[in-house]
Amino acid sequence: MKISGNSKLVFALVVFLTMGFFLISTVEANDFEITLKDLGNKSRSKIKLAVKALGNMGNPAAIPVMEALKEKRLRISDNDALIILNEAKDKGHDALTGQPVELGSLNLRKPRINNAVRRLLSTAIGKLKLFSDDPEIRLSAAQDLLKRSSNNLVELIEKALKKETQDEIRNLFLLVLAKEGLNSDDKSKRLQSIQTITNLGNNDFKTALENVLEKNEEDEFLESDSEIRDAASNAIAKIEKRQFFKNQAANLFYGLSLGSILLLAALGLAITFGLMGVINMAHGEMLMLGAYLTFVVQNLFKEYLPGYFELYLIAAIPVSFLGSALVGIILERGIIRHLYGRPLETLLATWGISLILIQTIRLVFGAQNVEVANPSFLSGGVEVMNGVVFPYSRIAIIIFVVGVVISIWMLLQKTSLGLQVRAVTQNREMASCMGISTYKVDMYTFGLGSGVAGLGGLALSQIGNVGPELGQLYIVDSFMVVVLGGVGNIAGTVAGALSLGIFNKFLEPVAGAVLGKIIVLVLIIVVIQKRPQGLFALKGRMVDN
Amino acid sequence: MIKQIIKLHSLKGWLFTFSLLGIAIVLLPLLNIFAPEDSFLHIPDYMFSLFGKYLCYALVALAMDLIWGYTGVLSLGHGVFFSLGGYAMGMYLMRSIGKEGVYKSDLPDFMVFLDWKELPWYWWGFDSFIFTFFVILILPGLFAFIFGYFAFKSRIKGVYFAIITQAMTYALMLLFFRNNTGFGGNNGLTDFKRILGYSLQEPSTKMSLYILTAVVLFFFYVVARFVVQSKVGRVLTAIRDSENRVMFSGYNTLNYKLAIWTISAFICGIAGALYVPQVGIVNPSEMQPSNSIEMAIWVAVGGRGTLSGALVGAGLVNGAKSWFTVAAPDYWLYFLGILFIVVTLFFPKGFVGIFSRLRIKRKGNQNG
Repeated sequence: MKISGNSKLVFALVVFLTMGFFLISTVEANDFEITLKDLGNKSRSKIKLAVKALGNMGNPAAIPVMEALKEKRLRISDNDALIILNEAKDKGHDALTGQPVELGSLNLRKPRINNAVRRLLSTAIGKLKLFSDDPEIRLSAAQDLLKRSSNNLVELIEKALKKETQDEIRNLFLLVLAKEGLNSDDKSKRLQSIQTITNLGNNDFKTALENVLEKNEEDEFLESDSEIRDAASNAIAKIEKRQFFKNQAANLFYGLSLGSILLLAALGLAITFGLMGVINMAHGEMLMLGAYLTFVVQNLFKEYLPGYFELYLIAAIPVSFLGSALVGIILERGIIRHLYGRPLETLLATWGISLILIQTIRLVFGAQNVEVANPSFLSGGVEVMNGVVFPYSRIAIIIFVVGVVISIWMLLQKTSLGLQVRAVTQNREMASCMGISTYKVDMYTFGLGSGVAGLGGLALSQIGNVGPELGQLYIVDSFMVVVLGGVGNIAGTVAGALSLGIFNKFLEPVAGAVLGKIIVLVLIIVVIQKRPQGLFALKGRMVDN
Repeated sequence: MIKQIIKLHSLKGWLFTFSLLGIAIVLLPLLNIFAPEDSFLHIPDYMFSLFGKYLCYALVALAMDLIWGYTGVLSLGHGVFFSLGGYAMGMYLMRSIGKEGVYKSDLPDFMVFLDWKELPWYWWGFDSFIFTFFVILILPGLFAFIFGYFAFKSRIKGVYFAIITQAMTYALMLLFFRNNTGFGGNNGLTDFKRILGYSLQEPSTKMSLYILTAVVLFFFYVVARFVVQSKVGRVLTAIRDSENRVMFSGYNTLNYKLAIWTISAFICGIAGALYVPQVGIVNPSEMQPSNSIEMAIWVAVGGRGTLSGALVGAGLVNGAKSWFTVAAPDYWLYFLGILFIVVTLFFPKGFVGIFSRLRIKRKGNQNG
């Protein structure tokens, strides 16, 4: 049989294609796992091939193994199984099955890698992540790229950019490319990069842009092209402006958050001060009690209801309210009631109570801070703008405070107890003559005020440290709220707390935390020169004495 | 004038006062020097720093009693005046360390640590004791005058005044805690070596400071006695009992309150200045709100509105504090807290009040 040259060629092609197909299908079938195992091969060139192949395969399951290899956490056992160690390198699991393994019983070998392998690994991992089907992985990969130099990945990123459908990730890719583009030799590319940064960039790019504007020792610009320099300085201005607005938004939010906590702390103080004319120095300790009650409830849930642990915070709301309220009522009945008409003595006696409460907590729970965990639905936050994150816990607190304030307002305005409270606040003797049992009103109001402070402690436990001195930290500020807002009306307290909180946060970056606080205190002293009874004092014609 | 001063006490009273002074500045030092070391009469050297400290506290209590006990204005910020006096003295003592600090520099150690090259302007003059002396006399009083002027003018009183003064001490504490303020930040001023050329480690220096404190306390006791028994003192007591009536009777209460407030701060500043060389340190924690409140309880325990009560109270509370912090540190705050409550609830006239009630009872028994 004669075979023509042409058919020879066809035959060769068929054989080649078949083999090629065969090869590919072998790879697909025997697959991934074999290639993966090659990562533990003793030959470095085999490892390199495996890394390249894994990068092209696009199976994200390879990412953890390759990362472990890169971070020297990968081990190979005698029977060629791949073991991934944890960061502390005291536990490990099988890379394929995910089963935990006993490290002590195995004879483990370290794979041999060098910088060349590491470079390949970075590329392959980047590739897998950039082309992953999961947008979350692509997003985090893009964010990672922004943080470090990525000049060896430029082509890859360009390819990924073409495929990318989500705007957020696209923008990040564009920024990564722009960052690299700043160093390009091509003028138009540099300009275009600066343009991209102008539109999308944040503060992190400022140093890169400032580098463009740098001068050498002879006072000449390193960048000779004035067009590019202008574009860069323009970009810096734009970024700064954007950053300014972001900062203001963040200040406003954190100020609101601080203000809302101050509000919870000061609300009870203002009500009881208005009602009885006494300052309760132990009020700060009601915050602390609320926080510690939250801690106790958390631990009880951990112990007895671990399945419902997330809900402990909900359960802690009534507990911290009632617990603090009860202590408040005991104080009122036991001590403060006997000191009516002697407000300064009340102040001292309640100070004594606060010392006792602090020391008791110290003896029971220890002087160190205790840990109150955020339930998972409150951890994390929402990124409102690029780089500005509002934690869920703070958002929840603001909503919570709004709820509490509305309830207190309703209580005071719409219930008969509220009516009585207002009557006694205005004129105790007259109210008493009208048949209002003033001592009951005092008791309930004091309990209410303390309970609200307990809720404040619950809120605080979600964003700050819980320790025996917790109350002392907030007590001076909440007094200032009362001084500023005047007593006996909620609106004044709300305005006082929020303005104090926001003002504080806006001053902090300008003057520093401590100086800001001092300025606030001085301003309050100035304000009460004009309005000695607070900004929103009730009007009356009575002589105080 | 002298006649008026003699009239301040009965003969018996003067005898008692002078014999106390005699015990303090003659007998105790003599016991230290001449009593044999192993005798129970011997008073060791270190006790004099402790006694000196108590006497400073007594001076503070005296100042506090003038403004609170007699005038009814509760200040929760007297720690500030105390600290201002103390810091002024501390700055002088810092400057007189010279180059013997750890860094062998002309500047105080903490400034070297902060890499400061020269003294801030407000440290100027503290090389001189005379200058420091006048600062101690003027600064706390002046500060009190300015603060008091604005506070009393806008008729801030009662609890409002108390918490404003608390805010004042809190704010100043924060200010002094900053390293950049230039007063040693957290650690304050310490490691003093000498005062007026005399080593602070020497027992004789300690003893002299103690005797000086006792004499100053005696002097201000007489001054305070003079003030409260004068017509001004009567007006002050009237302001305490009903400020509005005093106002309606044609007195300008602002002036009276401002005057006694300033005098009180002045005395407090001097107490601070005497305190620092004997204790060897001054730091911002002196301005903690809790310290100022404790000053009020000294007066309350002894008996408000009696000068002897203030002195007794300062001694009793601080004696108890010294004992507790050694014997049962965990329970000191309990004791203090209960003291606050019990005294305000059951003994509004304090220790002296119990004493005089007993005396009246005894007299009654004798008559009956």
